[in-house]
Amino acid sequence: MPNTTFIILILLLPLVSFVLLGLFGRKYIKAGSGIIATILLLATFLVSIYTACHYFFEYGKINGVYEKLVPVKYTWLAFSNGLAIDMGVLLDPISSMMLVVVSLVSLMVHIYSLVYMKGEERFSTYYAFLGLFTFSMLGLVVSVNIFQIYFFWELVGVSSFLLIGYYYDRPSAVAACKKAFIVTRFADAGFLIGILILSYYSGTLDFAALIEKLTAPGSTELGNALSASFLGLSALTWGMLLVFMGAAGKSAMFPLHIWLPDAMEGPTPVSALIHAATMVVAGVFLVARLFPVFALSAPEVLNVVAYIGAFSALFAAIIACAQTDIKRVLAYSTMSQIGYMMFALGVSKYGGEGGLGYTASMFHLFTHAMFKALLFLCAGAIIHFVHSNEMKDMGGLRKFLPVTHFTFLIACLAISGVPFFSGFFSKEEILTAALNHNIAIYWAGLATAGLTSFYMFRLYFNIFWGKEFRQHGETRREGGFAMKAPMILLAIGAALAGYIPFGKFISSDGKALAIPFELKHAIAPVALSFVGALIAAWLYLRQNNKPQKIAASLSALHQSAYRKFYIDEGYLFITQKIIFNIVGKTADWFDKNMVNGLVNLTASSTQAFSFATKKMQSGKVQQYAIYFLGGAILLAVLFVYVWK
Amino acid sequence: MNLLLLILTPLLTAIAVLLPRNKQHVKWVSFFGSIVQSALAFVLFFAFRRARTEDPSSPMLFEQKHKLFEALNINLHLGVDGISVAMILLTSFVVTAGVLVSWNVEKMTKEFHFLLMLLALGAYGLFISLDLFVLFFFLEISVIPKYLLIGIWGSGKKEYAANKLALMLMSGSALILVGILGLYFSNNRDFDLLSLSRASIPGSVQDIIFPLVFTGFGVFTALFPFHTWVPDGHSSAPTAGSMFLAGISMKLGGYGCLRIAIFLLPQAAKHYADIIIILSAIGVLYGAFVTMMQRDLKYINAYSSVSHVGFSLLALGMLTQTAMVGAVMQMVSHGLMTALFFAVIGMIYDRTHTRMVNEMGGLMKAMPFITTAFFIVGLCSLGLPGLSGFVAEMTILVGSWENSGLVHRAATVAAVLSIVVTAVYILRAIAHTAMGPVKHERHLQLKDAAWNEKLAAVILIAGILSIGLAPGWLSDLLKPATEVIMNKLK
Amino acid sequence: MTEPGLYHLLFISGALFFAGIYGFFTRRNLVTMLMSVELILNSVNLNFIAFNKYLWPGKMEGLFFTLFIIAIAAAEAAVAIAIIINVYRTHQSIDVEKAEEMKY
Repeated sequence: MPNTTFIILILLLPLVSFVLLGLFGRKYIKAGSGIIATILLLATFLVSIYTACHYFFEYGKINGVYEKLVPVKYTWLAFSNGLAIDMGVLLDPISSMMLVVVSLVSLMVHIYSLVYMKGEERFSTYYAFLGLFTFSMLGLVVSVNIFQIYFFWELVGVSSFLLIGYYYDRPSAVAACKKAFIVTRFADAGFLIGILILSYYSGTLDFAALIEKLTAPGSTELGNALSASFLGLSALTWGMLLVFMGAAGKSAMFPLHIWLPDAMEGPTPVSALIHAATMVVAGVFLVARLFPVFALSAPEVLNVVAYIGAFSALFAAIIACAQTDIKRVLAYSTMSQIGYMMFALGVSKYGGEGGLGYTASMFHLFTHAMFKALLFLCAGAIIHFVHSNEMKDMGGLRKFLPVTHFTFLIACLAISGVPFFSGFFSKEEILTAALNHNIAIYWAGLATAGLTSFYMFRLYFNIFWGKEFRQHGETRREGGFAMKAPMILLAIGAALAGYIPFGKFISSDGKALAIPFELKHAIAPVALSFVGALIAAWLYLRQNNKPQKIAASLSALHQSAYRKFYIDEGYLFITQKIIFNIVGKTADWFDKNMVNGLVNLTASSTQAFSFATKKMQSGKVQQYAIYFLGGAILLAVLFVYVWK
Repeated sequence: MNLLLLILTPLLTAIAVLLPRNKQHVKWVSFFGSIVQSALAFVLFFAFRRARTEDPSSPMLFEQKHKLFEALNINLHLGVDGISVAMILLTSFVVTAGVLVSWNVEKMTKEFHFLLMLLALGAYGLFISLDLFVLFFFLEISVIPKYLLIGIWGSGKKEYAANKLALMLMSGSALILVGILGLYFSNNRDFDLLSLSRASIPGSVQDIIFPLVFTGFGVFTALFPFHTWVPDGHSSAPTAGSMFLAGISMKLGGYGCLRIAIFLLPQAAKHYADIIIILSAIGVLYGAFVTMMQRDLKYINAYSSVSHVGFSLLALGMLTQTAMVGAVMQMVSHGLMTALFFAVIGMIYDRTHTRMVNEMGGLMKAMPFITTAFFIVGLCSLGLPGLSGFVAEMTILVGSWENSGLVHRAATVAAVLSIVVTAVYILRAIAHTAMGPVKHERHLQLKDAAWNEKLAAVILIAGILSIGLAPGWLSDLLKPATEVIMNKLK
Repeated sequence: MTEPGLYHLLFISGALFFAGIYGFFTRRNLVTMLMSVELILNSVNLNFIAFNKYLWPGKMEGLFFTLFIIAIAAAEAAVAIAIIINVYRTHQSIDVEKAEEMKY
């Protein structure tokens, strides 16, 4: 392996951007911040590409297997008993791929924001936060240590919080950023306990060692972890379930998904970066990172992953059909697509042909990053133009936004799985994997594919066709070159990414995997996509009242899908009514009245006693004399009769 | 290094503060004194590191012993180990920042700074003394100034708070005194920490003395249910007073629990470990829930201190080395964090004249520096990686998980859950004050931090970051020291 | 008529003592109270002399003590009267009920 310490630059450059702009951006650099950040990010991107290429084509493959390499590592904090938090860089196929994805999308967003965010009051702060996010996300994907991943996991969480709350004077943005942070934080608590359980049984925090110890059949660590049980489940099952809870929180899987749609309050490029392409797939990445443990030692948890993924995919797709805010549609679409990736992992086996799901999941992650980031950037361009998120304010925009129209269409085709676009390949692989292992999940996936196509084309026709758009007041134009260029680049990616032979690079055990392509498996999803698209065209191509009629005839279903199946209300009930009103208020009352009351009671009883006894000091000489006499007589009696 | 300097400097500063006629000079003298103290703390830190590499075995370094009162066998016995050095560094940071934020105290400036320095003297003295009687003496020195600081310069129900605080702390120290005397008489009239640690104290005696000493110090460090002085005391005290109270005084208790109760009475510590764990787990979770219901920023921080300090007591109860390192880390981290928190609250209050969360909003617009500091301290409090809270809490949790008993596990899980509740209340506080629409027009005209406030915040943030980004130095400092205690526990 | 015995003397001294006690508790006039105290002292003196004469006739301690007490009683009376005069000056009365400021 050649000298690769320069890889550290991938992490350092965005960090420099953050520190530089965070400290000096506001006062000294101001408008130059965007350029500086973009240049730093461009360098990051180039180093990432270079690293990934080197890894895949030169030194990564040893004896036909992609190995895990650790070019940089140092002990950050050592606990006792061999447990230590190491910080370092781990290169393996998935982290190399993620390096490219993250730095690419981040670079696109940096460029795009140069125009999109121009003139904002906190322009440099925005770029500083982007730098922080990119740094932490890159740190997350190259983690060598389960605590390192947790470290960066929290950091991406907080940068997401900061960016969602970027428009801090809007109450809705403030509520959204709080919600996002708290929900993921709750999931992270589970993740943390999971880490503690795993580290306790494996005696290490290092990924490589942990995976080895918990998968080697007959190892004492694995035996202990399997034999210790709590509430009928083994410790390992608990650990992996809790780790998955963290993953589900970050990746917005049901029932921890409620924060993602609200997170759309952030600036749109941020949604493209964080809430579509990178941070939300961190959960998928985490499951993939620990995949050997899931697949070999805790297959029951992997089943849970599969079912939750499939359910989320279908559930989110249904909700997406009824939403009217374009960013919310995209948010639910993201959730649905991540569900795809999750269940693809869930149905996968470790190694060989059975590992198709794993490859497919990572493949879909890659293609999804392209087209979903693109969709969000397009949405940004549209919102920039219309100044509204609502579908009803749009229509007929194809004439005003030609580039956006074209790129949006490509993304739509890609996400719907139309043949020859990237989504087709990855989705087809996922469905094949599901068909081979779990038929119920396959049907859920298939239904989702149809729905996906429907809601995407509903969006497309509503925005670009349908009623004619009227310009009010000043004539606006499509954003400048800096906005178009990233969209065009990503459109190229969205169209062509499917031709990458992913199986050669990424597979569950590192060996190259030949991906079978069977035409008969591709027919059903493709046909369903076309049906979905056609229905959308029939309903929304021209302005008419068919959609309202259909919505009215399905009013109960439509209403509950529009209301997101009342999950938010349920959470609100639990948090507001139970946690706040019952637990919180009781604790507060208890503290004010019982604990504090006890202290005050001590004080007041002392006082009462002294009040009661102070009357003795009457100031009357004769009374004192009586006490004196009484005491003397008492003593006399005692001395004479008792203590003789 | 001569440890007497650490006692003499605050003492001389306290006296020097009384000399000048001009209020302006008083502040500068006090500031200068605190700078000298910080410099000494740093010198001590580096000297200690060097000396530790040369002499890895002896439990205490830089020892010196002078006779104070021969008839009762009381000696001025000084010495430090890693734990004391960490606490001294913390103290010096908080003292410097505290003096800086008190720049605008106009009422009885001289007396105010005198009392601050007296408090500092008590803290430094306690951390370096190895004689139980002298240690107790310094503990008492640090109580009285608090009473006056709250009673004279406080706000709100200050008389009530001052009385409550002083009485509760005094009853705590009464328990400690009984415990110390018990040790003294059962060990041949000996107050010396090191020789007591070598003596074999029978288990039955330990079982009697331990609860006294631990509860006594527990009162200082807000052990549930003896925590009620914290909210009232903190919220009535002047800014610097709150900083000293939460940043230093509460740590005196934690230090005492570790240094006297657990170190000298290890067998009893094992006996009572479960009770300590249960009480502190209740404190952690319960403190967090109560915090969630508060509307006053100072109350929020005071109750959250109960929760955070509960973490370090929990760790002490776990009796594993990692947890113990974590406990001290948490003390240091919480000291810095809470001092900064109170400093920021003080700055906000000075400008908006309110501490109620729901009367503020959008302060970020007018006061970017202060709100940034507020964000940092809030994030530190909820354990964000890169800041000190994360390091301490993770160390504690990993250490706690080393015990596999049901009580230990349940308490650890409760502690983890409290982190979520912490996120809830911190975000509510931040979102209501710094973010959101501006509530009052006049809040737009408010000035951002002045130089002294900025300096204070930067000093504390530097401390927080230095632990959060590179915790190695702190854990290296604490490991050998906790090793000594762990050896006693075996 | 025989010589009075110890019991006679003790009876008189007891009567004096209780008369003094009674006077001290019931009178409100400070001077009367002082006189009652003198009565009590004198009853003690009488006791000393009686015990000295009948129990240890060869010794003198009882007489010495009596002399002591008489001397101290004189001093005490002087001090007490000084106090009484002062009380009278401040309160315009020597009623003991009036001088009760020294209370809780």
